[in-house]
Amino acid sequence: MNVIPMTLPQPELKWELPSRGRVGMLSLIAAESAIFTIFVVAYLFYIGKSLTGPMPSEVLRAPVLYTICLLSSSVTIHLAARALRQGSITIFGTLWFVTLALGATFLFGTAKEWHHLIYDEGLTISTNLFGTTYYSLVGLHAFHVAVGLLGLFAVLAFTLFGKVRREHAERVDVLSLYWHFVDSVWVVVFTVVYVIGR
Amino acid sequence: MSSDSITWPTAQTLASPFTDRVHEWVTTVDHKRLGIMYIVYALFFLVIGGIEATVMRIQLIRPHSDFVSPQVFNRMFTMHGTTMIFFVAMPVLFGFANYLIPLMIGARDMAFPRLNAFSFWLMAFGGLLLYFSFIGGDGLYGAGSAPDVGWFAYAPLTARTFSPGHSTDYWTLGLLVSGFGSIGTAINIIATILCMRCRGMSLGRMPLFAWLNLVMAGMVVLAVSPLTAAQVMLLVDRYLGGHFFDTQAGGSAVIWMHFFWIFGHPEVYVLVIPAFAFVSEIIPVFSRKAIFGYPVMVAATVCIGFIGMSVWAHHMFTVGMNSNANTFFVLSTMAISVPTGIKIFNWLATMWGGKIDFKTPMLFCVAFLFQFLIAGLTGIMLSAAPFDWQLGNSYFVVAHFHYVIVGGILFALFGAFYYWFPKISGYMCNETLGKLHFWLFLIGFHLTFDFMHIPGLLGMPRRIYTYEPGRGWEIWNLLATIGVLFQAAGVLVFVGNLVWSYFRGKYAGRDPWDAWTLEWSTSSPPPAYNFAVIPTVRSRRPLWDLKHPDDPDWKYE
Repeated sequence: MNVIPMTLPQPELKWELPSRGRVGMLSLIAAESAIFTIFVVAYLFYIGKSLTGPMPSEVLRAPVLYTICLLSSSVTIHLAARALRQGSITIFGTLWFVTLALGATFLFGTAKEWHHLIYDEGLTISTNLFGTTYYSLVGLHAFHVAVGLLGLFAVLAFTLFGKVRREHAERVDVLSLYWHFVDSVWVVVFTVVYVIGR
Repeated sequence: MSSDSITWPTAQTLASPFTDRVHEWVTTVDHKRLGIMYIVYALFFLVIGGIEATVMRIQLIRPHSDFVSPQVFNRMFTMHGTTMIFFVAMPVLFGFANYLIPLMIGARDMAFPRLNAFSFWLMAFGGLLLYFSFIGGDGLYGAGSAPDVGWFAYAPLTARTFSPGHSTDYWTLGLLVSGFGSIGTAINIIATILCMRCRGMSLGRMPLFAWLNLVMAGMVVLAVSPLTAAQVMLLVDRYLGGHFFDTQAGGSAVIWMHFFWIFGHPEVYVLVIPAFAFVSEIIPVFSRKAIFGYPVMVAATVCIGFIGMSVWAHHMFTVGMNSNANTFFVLSTMAISVPTGIKIFNWLATMWGGKIDFKTPMLFCVAFLFQFLIAGLTGIMLSAAPFDWQLGNSYFVVAHFHYVIVGGILFALFGAFYYWFPKISGYMCNETLGKLHFWLFLIGFHLTFDFMHIPGLLGMPRRIYTYEPGRGWEIWNLLATIGVLFQAAGVLVFVGNLVWSYFRGKYAGRDPWDAWTLEWSTSSPPPAYNFAVIPTVRSRRPLWDLKHPDDPDWKYE
């Protein structure tokens, strides 16, 4: 091929670029943040604008226990990623499993809350504006938790089959970035739905 | 399938069976092939969107015309707007970004080649979904119908009550799907530019094309996502009985406007910044000078990116916001003309004192400068809220934004086609046909869109399917429609030129324009691996350094 070799002599150039996995994940998080922002704005805008009941103050109870579960899963995934960087696969696998279990518990909590709201309180997505905004915002977050759990589960399966090694630490870091994002979004959603909106 | 196995259609691969070649293109993850597919796909939809525009212009050529029914007219302006923005402008700009960025920064492919292919196919099928509405819009009830809610689909037109059937759903889903594709491509562009640069290509040495596309991709990430969110809300309203935009249940129609324009205005900059990128590459080469004020150009672009995110409600002055909001959006909209003005002066300063060569790409860029300036000036007029109250939703607005999109973006895009066609195909475009295309399109553009301002000033609202005689609108509408003939002829010459040049054109060689960025250092068309040896650069114009070892740029930067 007629290609000019473009190598100009250059004395001792240090050349390090950021990891594309991290940059890609951070960009995705930026996009997701924009999506959540729109849903949060809609929620805040429609607080108190429902024409019929039930109202949030009558039916919502803050899921403190499940929130603690989700937030502590951020700690366990951080420790798990650190264990993998140090090469201790067993500790990594255990902590990873704990993270997965905590996330699943949180999702179970959301399911239970929804079941209660739908069957006991008669609140569905089409009941009033509160129902529309509540189920979309919390549902969007639950959807992200579910996607995160699928990712966590895939890594767990690879770990059980002995395919995860120390050199995969960077990829696990990228996934844990996403999980941290899902957790921090919950802080916002919790504040908006259960503190400001009630 | 890995990208190593892909080769360019040389004599050997052309001999392989047709199905094999189709299979290679469908399964490709090569950024150059995906770039070409984006561009061809966009050109196809450009013709469709152009036909829809022509139908509207024929309908408006005289008062009381009955060329199409009001219903068809509504579908035509909805599909024209949606097609041109989402399935022409976005893919063609992504196509050029895809093709050129890895070559310009000395990389062998994008950061995520498979995500790249995935994004392209999402966008492609999004377009098909939108156009399937012509057949499936009314479901099983009989004759098909396309969406007719306008390209910004204001509530409550999109509510089930006012938009029965599925045409609005096809619109929503088509945009949702292609929106995911856009976000994927934008993430890919950001990661490519930040993580795949060759040795020595620091951010300060990147070609302006890469810088501007980085800003564009950042804006796509932050601006297309709100549209995605709003489309999900609309789907919840239409399918699950939600009340986001349902005024009967306390919902707000105005919040849809906010959500749409939070996407819609940055989108204008998403489209125009790549046009700036083309111009910033073409003008220096044909002026034989380095770009004037590189750091200022970068800073101005980043500025436009930031301010562009905070001007959306100038589309909503006529809705009736409070005076604080009006003041804020008037001032932010006027402020954005400052960095834009800086860019125009920098391009002029690049040409100043240069040895200007008026080849076809340069002609289009010079026309871009004039027309984009005028588009910006009518933009400043409309940014003043009282003026906008008078002219909002009139043909003056239509003329203004077509001046931006056709006079600015499309002209820069034609320049880019003539400039990079030799790199992509390996053959030069015909210069005579190129000049013919330029003059035909220039005359047609000015006939249509200069005169379109006047009926707007005389009070002609947009989106009306016909009008009464005797209001002084007839002659201007007639002239605008005559302009379409010239534009269509220009586009025919353009397509003919591309086809003719591909089969009969003069061989281009590696570097036909004596240019300075890395894509011209590899063969035309580039091999699948782009560079046999990954380059190392020391300045913003690596090929200049190579051609002038006695006087390299890096001594002065």
